Amino acid sequence: MSVTEKSEIAAAPQRESASARPRWQVMLIRPELMTFVLLIIALIVASSLSPYFLDIAYILDSFTLSAELAMVALVLTIMIIAGEIDLSPASGMALAACTFAYAQQAGVPIPLAVGVGLLTGLAMGLLNGILVIRFQLPSIIVTIGTLIFYRGLAQVIAGDQSIRVPEWFIGINRVLVFGIPVPVLVFVILSVVLGFVLSSTIYGRQIYLIGTNPIAARHAGIRANRIKMSLFLLIGITASIAGMMTASRLGSVRYDIALGGELQMVLMAMLGGTYIFGGRGSILGTFLAAWLLVIVSTGMIVANILPAMQLCVLGVLLIISIIATNFIYSRTQR
Amino acid sequence: MLKKSILIGLAFGLATIVTGAFAQDPIKIVYIGKNTGNPYFDSITGGFEDACQVKGCDFLFVAPPTAEATSQIPFIEAQIQRGVNVIGIAPNSPDALNQVLDEARAKGILVLTVNGDLVGNESHRDATILPVDFTKTGPNQVELMGSMINYEGDIAILSATTEAPDQNTWIAAMKDTLANNPKYANMHLVATVYGDDQPEKSTTEMEALLANYPDLVGVIAPTTVGIAAAAQVVQSRMIADKVHVTGLGLPSEMRDFVKDGTVSAFQLWSPYNEGWLAVHFALGVLDGSIKNEVGGTFEVPNLGTITINDLNAMNTQAELTTFDINNIDDFNF
Repeated sequence: MSVTEKSEIAAAPQRESASARPRWQVMLIRPELMTFVLLIIALIVASSLSPYFLDIAYILDSFTLSAELAMVALVLTIMIIAGEIDLSPASGMALAACTFAYAQQAGVPIPLAVGVGLLTGLAMGLLNGILVIRFQLPSIIVTIGTLIFYRGLAQVIAGDQSIRVPEWFIGINRVLVFGIPVPVLVFVILSVVLGFVLSSTIYGRQIYLIGTNPIAARHAGIRANRIKMSLFLLIGITASIAGMMTASRLGSVRYDIALGGELQMVLMAMLGGTYIFGGRGSILGTFLAAWLLVIVSTGMIVANILPAMQLCVLGVLLIISIIATNFIYSRTQR
Repeated sequence: MLKKSILIGLAFGLATIVTGAFAQDPIKIVYIGKNTGNPYFDSITGGFEDACQVKGCDFLFVAPPTAEATSQIPFIEAQIQRGVNVIGIAPNSPDALNQVLDEARAKGILVLTVNGDLVGNESHRDATILPVDFTKTGPNQVELMGSMINYEGDIAILSATTEAPDQNTWIAAMKDTLANNPKYANMHLVATVYGDDQPEKSTTEMEALLANYPDLVGVIAPTTVGIAAAAQVVQSRMIADKVHVTGLGLPSEMRDFVKDGTVSAFQLWSPYNEGWLAVHFALGVLDGSIKNEVGGTFEVPNLGTITINDLNAMNTQAELTTFDINNIDDFNF
């Protein structure tokens, strides 16, 4: 939403010199539109590839496999818009799941063990935040470091064995509300909430400004550090929730939960038109991109297409989206 | 304009990846391997294919790109959605697949683990097909290693992934044999390393073993990728007289190493027979001619009488086959 408004503001002074771009262009030529079009194409192609694909229950079911990563990708989107990045949350999911599982195995009641998991999430976010903000280190380097560190810590805690979770805790993805698996529902609700916060609150506008122009933001009296710290804490706690949801889905916890998941998260944000240098992007884009990724990979798997080909298609998708995002942003800046 | 051409390009790109025809009436059997690019599975798949050709069923092999614990889940879900009748799987994890396999069985799909089992979670599959009684693998391998090094010296194990249930069963049995059988009292296991069934990582781990343990005289690699990588390292360093490599390998991959003396002997079974047995068993259970009950027996062409052992486990042969210079040319898988 706010990207549109910003483009309008940016376009305003040009009205005297050059003719303004038509309103429909401003409204429609946005990266999210491209994601949406790709999503439609993917749906059509996937349906034509396999007669087994177009089944809403199956698609929702498949989405539960990615819902945990997608939830974190939403917060990551905000992080990137604010001009920072966090590559550690996939490891964070594993670490939180491991501390949770370890605690419940040691006899801690489940609600308390969940608390332990959440605290782990907060602690991970805090560490990232302190290193990036207090020590003024680049977030990409810091979080690559913590990516490795958190995964290692998870392995130290859980060892090479998997830890079982109690029978009743298993299967959050099998619980349906109005026919929708809970993880999907959580993802949708989180999207709506974060989308609202980012597009329609002062906090959200400040995030865009921090990412667009940190100096202007400072002069405007925005407490960038405080906002960034809140984002690191938020992504940490979201990762811990996602990790425990994964534990419930799998029924057991190992240190390699969500291994390599950070790549998927970044992929979702980029496919959704988030600008890697900050200041631009939207929750809607990432929301659509998460579905796009699930549709593309599910469509290919159910059509028995070779995994190597699937990687190629995903790579091509990402490249297309980056080219298109840059192209669209350069147009709207003129 | 640019955007339009990009989209057209994408649509074209996707459209070229059209898949083949879909199965209709016959029983649909799918085998989900640990990962793609693993030649071991070509042999199992060959058994499935030939049996399906004889018996008239549809067979398909799929596998995720990596052998990571959860990577098979979307593939299982997809096969459930495709409405297959039988899922055979070489599980990448003893417990991460429990939920999705339960789902498959709830839909009436016969779930067989083939070439690896859900150790400790056997209730989540209908039956398992293993090449040999895996309790003998560890002792057999230790004996072969011992015979190569005169039963003394430092040895190491080069395994696949830390998670692989079959590997861990064998390694535990090897350790047990080494510790408890006085015959092997002078053999010392100094390290167990994991090459994740990737050639590069296995090579690196092998080189690290040689660097860390200069007194090493033997390496057991109970995985086809691992033994080939270990043999390659020994061959290129020309240290075959000092470090003896053995383990479980494919005759086709190991032939050159055996012929040039890098590896004097290694063991395996016939993976082909696993696929062959799986198809005969599955079709028999589906048409009611075989009862999936412990203690039951049935006849399989070329394999003879197969007995369903405890935990619904079946074996295609009694002992490991040892391959050396004398018989290596008799096998071509």
